[in-house]
Formats: sequence, C-alpha cells, structure tokens
Amino acid sequence: MLEIATPEAVLFWVLAPLSVVAALGMLLVKKAVHSAILLAWVMVTLAIFYIAQGALFLGIVQIVVYTGAVMMLFLFILMLVGVDASDSLVETIKGLRWIAITAALGFGGLMIALIGRATLGRSYLGLDIANEDGNVEGIAVLLFSNYVFPFEVISALLITAAVGAMVLAHHQRTNHRPTQREQAIARFRTGSLGDAAGLPGPGVYALHNAVDVPALLPDGTPAPTSISATLKARGDVIDSAKFQLDVVDPTIKEEK
Amino acid sequence: MNPYNYLYLAALLFTIGAVGVVVRRNAIVVFMCIELMLNAANLTLVTFSRLNGNLNGQVVAFFTMVVAACEVVVGLAIIVAIYRSRRSASIDDASLLKR
Amino acid sequence: MVTSSSLVYLIGLPLFGSLFLLLMGRKADKWGHLLATAMSAGSFALGLAHFFAMTDRPTEERALTQVLFSWIKVGDFNVDAALLLDQLSISFVLLITGVGTLIHIYSISYMATDPNRRRFFAYLNLFVASMLLLVLGNSYLNLYVGWEGVGLASYLLIGFWNQKPAYATASKKAFVMNRVGDMGLSFAIMIAFATMGTVSFEGVKESVERAGTPALTAMGIMLLIAAAGKSAQFPLQAWLGDAMAGPTPVSALIHAATMVTAGVYLIVRSNFVFDAAPTAQLMVVIVGAITLIFGAVIGMAKDDIKKALAASTMSQIGYMILASGLGPAGYAYAIMHLLTHGFFKASMFLGAGSVMHGMNDEVNMRKYGGLRKFMPITFITFGLGYLAILGVPPFAGFYSKDMIIETALNAGGAKGIILGSLTLIGAAITAFYMTRVMLLTFTGKPRWDENAHPHESPALMWIPMVILSIGSVTSGLLLYRNDTFKNWLAPLFHDHAHHEELVPPIVVSALALTMVAIGVAIALMKYHFKEVAPVAPEDVSWATRFVRNDLGQDSLNETLFMKPGQAITRGLVAMDETVIDGAVRGVGSMAIESGSTLRRTQTGYVRAYAALIFVGALALLTAIWVVTQ
Repeated sequence: MLEIATPEAVLFWVLAPLSVVAALGMLLVKKAVHSAILLAWVMVTLAIFYIAQGALFLGIVQIVVYTGAVMMLFLFILMLVGVDASDSLVETIKGLRWIAITAALGFGGLMIALIGRATLGRSYLGLDIANEDGNVEGIAVLLFSNYVFPFEVISALLITAAVGAMVLAHHQRTNHRPTQREQAIARFRTGSLGDAAGLPGPGVYALHNAVDVPALLPDGTPAPTSISATLKARGDVIDSAKFQLDVVDPTIKEEK
Repeated sequence: MNPYNYLYLAALLFTIGAVGVVVRRNAIVVFMCIELMLNAANLTLVTFSRLNGNLNGQVVAFFTMVVAACEVVVGLAIIVAIYRSRRSASIDDASLLKR
Repeated sequence: MVTSSSLVYLIGLPLFGSLFLLLMGRKADKWGHLLATAMSAGSFALGLAHFFAMTDRPTEERALTQVLFSWIKVGDFNVDAALLLDQLSISFVLLITGVGTLIHIYSISYMATDPNRRRFFAYLNLFVASMLLLVLGNSYLNLYVGWEGVGLASYLLIGFWNQKPAYATASKKAFVMNRVGDMGLSFAIMIAFATMGTVSFEGVKESVERAGTPALTAMGIMLLIAAAGKSAQFPLQAWLGDAMAGPTPVSALIHAATMVTAGVYLIVRSNFVFDAAPTAQLMVVIVGAITLIFGAVIGMAKDDIKKALAASTMSQIGYMILASGLGPAGYAYAIMHLLTHGFFKASMFLGAGSVMHGMNDEVNMRKYGGLRKFMPITFITFGLGYLAILGVPPFAGFYSKDMIIETALNAGGAKGIILGSLTLIGAAITAFYMTRVMLLTFTGKPRWDENAHPHESPALMWIPMVILSIGSVTSGLLLYRNDTFKNWLAPLFHDHAHHEELVPPIVVSALALTMVAIGVAIALMKYHFKEVAPVAPEDVSWATRFVRNDLGQDSLNETLFMKPGQAITRGLVAMDETVIDGAVRGVGSMAIESGSTLRRTQTGYVRAYAALIFVGALALLTAIWVVTQ
C-alpha cells in the first residue's frame, strides 16, 4: 500500500498535475473553444483514473458520455452562439476576482487539510472482491436491485429534460418567411446594385482560398464583405494584402 | 499508492471549477466549470467506492452523470434561448433580477 | 296530487319563478310578470287542493309532513329540511298565496310603467316562497331560513326604488332593525338546542317539561324579541313607517297582510313554550298592549296615507300579539284577527295605491279631498275595509276584534280590566284615525294640486280590491260562525282550562261599539264640520308635535343606541389607527428599512451570487474544521 512506484502511482503523478494545469488553463484562456478542449482533456484523464481505480464501466461511460456527447454539445452551442465581449477576461464587478481567489485559497486549503485529517478508521478494501464477477456485472446487479427505483426516476428525468430542452429551444416564427422571389426583389430594390449579384466569395484566387482571407478587389484592396462577420468579430482574419502580387515581373517567362 | 491522493486531486479540481464559475463571464465557460465540479465530485465517489470495497459509489457516480447530462441539455437550451433574445452569451447581461 | 310529497311545490313554484326571472334578465321583461303571477296562482291552487283534502281527513290525520333531505347531521343532533302542513300552516298558506296572487295581479297594472317590473315580480315571488317556507318549516331552523328570506325580500322591495337615497335608507333601517329581532330568534334556537337538544316544533313540544322554567322563559323572551322585530312591535317598531317607501303593493302584501304577521305566527306556533313560561307570556301581553296604543296614537297624526295605514297595521298586530299572549284562549282569535286583518288591510292599502295612482303619487291626505265622486270603486272597497277595521257588525273586524277584547276582559282580575280597557281605548282611537283617513281622502272639498286629474284605476287594479273587500266583509262571519276557526285550530293547542265568561259578549260588543262611535264622532267634528288646511298647521301643542314625531321613537333609538354606538365606533377607530395601525406600520417601515439596507447586496449578477455561495461553503468548511478539531 505504501509502495512508491506502482504503475498506478506513476500514472497518477504524471496525469494529475497535467489535469490540474489543464483545469487552470480553462480559467485562463480567452477563447471558449480552447476552454472546451482543455476540459475534454481533464475529463479524459479522469476517465483514465476511473479505470485505474477499478471502475471500468464508469471510465468508459465518462469517455462516451462526457467527452463524446456532452463536450460535443458544448461545441455545437459555441458554434451557434458565436463569440462576443463575454470572452474578455477583464473583470467588471469590482473586487469579485479577489473575493474568488481568497475564497478559493481558503476553500482548497481547508479541503486538503480536512482530507488529510480524515480517516476511514480502517485500511482501504479495494474492489477486488466487489469486481469478482466483473465491474459491469456488479454495477448491473446493484442498479437493477437496490437502485431500481432511482433508476426509473432518472429515466423520467431524462425524458422531461429532453422535452424541456425542445420547448426552450423551439422558435415560433412570428413573421412571414420571405420567398426566394421576394428576396431577389428586395436585393435589387434596396442598397446598391453592386451587391445584386451576391457578395464576393472569400479567398485570394490561386493563392489562399480559406474562409478567413478576404478576397482581393481588382485594384488590389481587400473586399471586407467577402468574409463572415463572425470571423471578423473573432479577429480570425488573415491580412490578404500579403498575398498581393505587388509587381508582376514581365521578364519572367512562363516556364514550360 | 494511497487512494487518498485522488481525493486531494478532486478537491483541487473542484476549487478550480468554483473559481471558474465566479470569474468567467461567458455562460458556456461557466457551464463547463460546473461540469468540472461535477466531475471532481464523481472522482471522489469512485475513490470512496474503492476505499469501501463496494460498488455503491460507482452507481451513484453513474446517476450523477445522467443528471449532469440532463442539466447540460436544459442549461444549454436556456443559454440558446437567452442568446436568441438578448444577442449575448454573457451572464452579466442577464442581470434583470435586481430591477 | 294532494299527498305530502307535493308540499315542496307550494314553495317550489314561486321560488322557481323568482330565480328564473332573475336569471333570465331583460329577455323576460315582456312576460315576466305573467309568469310570476302564474306561479303564485299555481301555488294558491295547490294550497286550496291541500285545504280541501285536509278538511276531508279526520282531525288526527290532518297534519302532513314531507322530509326533503337530511340537512344537519351531527352526532345525535339531526335536523331534516322538512315541511309541515297542519291546520295553522294551511291558514297561512291560503292567506299568503291568495292575497299574494291578488296583489300580483294588481301589480301588473300598478307597476306597468316601471322599467324594472320583471325584477319587482321576481322579488315578489321570492317573498311568497320565503314566507311559505317560514310557515311550512317543521323546525325552528327551517323557519329561520324563511324568516331571513322574507327579511331579504322585504329589504329588496322597500328599497326597490333605491335611486332615492331616502328609500335606500329606509330599506337599510328595516333590515338592521329586523336583524335585532333575528338575533332573538337565533338565541331562541340556541337555547332550544342547548336545553332540549332538538329544534323541531314536535321535539321542543315533547321536551318542554324537561327544559325547566328559566330556560323556557329565556327562550320565550327571545322569541318575543324575534316577533317584535319582524312584526314591528314595541320596542322594535320604528322601521315599519319608513318601510312605506316601497311600492304600494309591497306595503299591502308584506307590510300589512303577511310578513309583519310572522311574529304572531311564531308566538302561536311556539304556544307550548309560552304556556309553560307565564313570565314570557305576560311580557307578550305587555308588548302587544303597548304597541296597540302606540301605533294607534301615531296613526292619529299622520298625514301620509300609507304611513297612517302602517301605524294602523302596527296597532292591529298589537291586538294579535296581545291575544296570543293570553294563552290558549287567545291563540285562535289572534290568528283569526290576523286573517281578517290580512283582507281588510290589504284592501285598504290597495285602495291607497289606487288613490295615489290617480293623484300623481301624492301621499299627503291634506292634498286629497272629495275623491268619492272620481273613484267610486276605490271609495267603496276602501270603505268596506274601513267598516271592517272599525269592527262594525257584520263586517270581518267585528268578530275578530271583539273576540280579542272579550278574551282580554275575561283574563280576570286587574289584568283583565287593564287589558280590556286598553283594547277598548285602542278601538276608539282606531275609529278616530281611520275615520280621519276616510274623511280627508274621500269627502270634503278638493284640496288637490292644480295638475291632479283624479280618475278610477284600471280593472286589473280594482278587481283585486273588490275581491279583497268581499273578503273583508265576509271572512269574519265565516270564521266565527259556529266557532269554525277555533275548532279548526283547537287540536294544536292544549286548552284544558275552562274559560268562564266574566263579561257577557253582548256587553263587550256594546262597549266596543260605543267606543268606536265616540272615536268616529270626534273625527267627524274635527274633519267633517271644520275646514281642513291643505298644509299641516304648525301652531300645535307639544303633544301633537310629539305624536307627529312618531312619539320620539327615532330620537330614542338615536340617543340610546346610535349615539353610544357611534362613540364606541369612533373610539375603536382611533384605537385602530394609533395602536393597531401603528404596530402594523412599524413592522412595515422596519421591513422597508432593513430591506433597503439589504438591497445593496443584491446586484443582480449571477456571478456575485455564486461568489456568495462560494464564501458560504468556505464558512461551512471552516465550521467543520473547528468542530473536528
């Protein structure tokens, strides 16, 4: 029990600091997507710890449900919501950050001190006996005997949550949806006729056709309407000027 | 290795999550911090299950996961609904309670 | 049809009419009055059928009972909603539905121009239903429902033209004074329940011996208060004069013929209580005697024709109450006078309504005069009622009133002499003021306003008057002949005592007629052979002033009850404002102060609340740390 270098100890001492660093990083990075990636990493390490502790079933569920489903959901919503000023790390409520840090230090310190003080009063048992028939079978036996009623209640909760999410996300259209014809008429009647044929696509032809590069106009200036407003707000725009061919050297002959 | 180390780790992760809830303004990041705290709690449950030598802790951790999944679904739907009406994912903008 | 199961329709028909008309609203305006009249007439027809069926049955089987449903069932205490039709009830049923139907018919014409005629008829039907419930209930509790129902109907009908504030006030006055009486009735019911454990007439009758005299006396006095409130007897008489604010058919039906006689019914129905409680019985006699003189004296000074008749009603009911206080000897005569009075007083009230109808709703008799030629039918019917109330033979009042006077004189000893002379004096005063009404209204020179065009009323109005006046001529003889009515009611009363005749009937009649002649003579001197001023003279003695002022009944009530009541109320209001409101406001402002202090912690930011939770969790951990030290 007090061996220093069991495989589990090695695993722990390598992964635990990494997960803590990732968790801290979650707080400190600016972009929500990066936070999500870091969180996914923390969850994966936790899944490994579950498996290392003999909770095979939970470890797999952790990967499938959390890193698989839940984090994907987060990323979907990030995509829907986009980015705005909320990503700024500047604190707007006076003194809140200091309260949070002080409380965190006190909370963490006390927690660790309390765990250090607490004992179960007996040596730990391990799951060898409990997992004798296999971890999944053991959990299944418990789930369908002692915990069958909570299990059923949880299923009701899931359905309710699904319905609730649908109700919340449902969007009743209040105005008339413009038909293609109406859209075409509106495009010609309003604004400049310059946009009538559609906005320019992004990318510098033959050099860089990614969505984050504005197109170049014939006079060599970038076309601001050619990229999505979201990318501009995020600042994910590459300066297309560097792809401009300043001087076309007429001496260079086309090589065959 | 002493399984108590997992508990220390869980305490740290939980504290970090709590700080995140307080200091971050993006509602989605706040949500992720809450998930972090739930995960930390799950880690303690699994560890206690091991310490006690039975699987009850794991079953409860399983339930926690299910409830967390429900919570994420509803919570994200709320965020989307708020975003749709206020064009903002900042939880500071949803501060109408004081009025 | 005439089995006991049809009793409920007696009440049900007018009740249906009332509810239907009220719920239908304006849609029923065109035919509502016809429906209401039909319902009342239907009830009368059913009552007649029951009456004839009852006369066919032997005496012991005459009473019918119909249990509608079990109303209150608490342990041993059990009250059924049940109807009882016996010889006493049927007399009232016929009076109420008969006179009621005639007055419905009269009202069709009388209220023809009123935009709310349908509502008026709905209330009339409600009254008929409630009054029938009152006389048909088989227990004090059932009676109480009808008792309150007629109070409500009376209130609604007195205030029918409540757009005039004075009328609305009159209805409130009647309602409030009736409440005082109702308190008496509820106390009587409570006493019955507490001492005998039952509230049905049958049950109370059987347990009278068990109850003991003090309880019975208390119950009797409470019943007397109830009767005084409903029948406008001293000291709760003040409302009746103002109740004349209602339309005249209402005054005729409710405030002359039926509702105000409910007190007499209550006392006669409770005969077993009063027979066992002589003190309460004596008080009944005293109240009756005071009121009969009181009402008659007020009647002498009234210029308002309806108020003069109202004072007369009060006085006549005084006679009935007095008779019902004389024990078994008087009960039958009280009810007999009640029935004859129902005829002649309703006839006279309808006559007054007819006069008002022809005189642009003028009620001041000093503005009448010489109407005999213009309203011959009204004159004749009113005159027949006049002769009946005077007690001129062979009109109805002669039999019923003379029997009361005779019974009073035969009460024996000082009591007999005092009561006898009071009833005789009352007869004289009655003769005076009724003659005054006749002379001022129908004879002498016209003293009308310029725009008055007196004319006879339409047939729908005079036919009921004629029928009622026929009743006021014949009813007395019919009921008196061969002691028909006394024998009819006899099974209800325990009349064991032998009544000796101290004064022979012929002497009584002679005395009474002499007194009446004196009264008529004085009235003739004052109002026939002298010119009558169209405006009441102001230079009159203090006594006249006092009588005109209703013998100070309103000022007395004001000084005794209203002023102290107002003082108590003001004191309570002051206490409420300073002590109670002060405490409440103190609590309120404390909450506001603490709230505005605490408000600063509420920023509305979710993150601030989360931080607070975090700090709270820290405090919790610290506590655990300290505890596990």
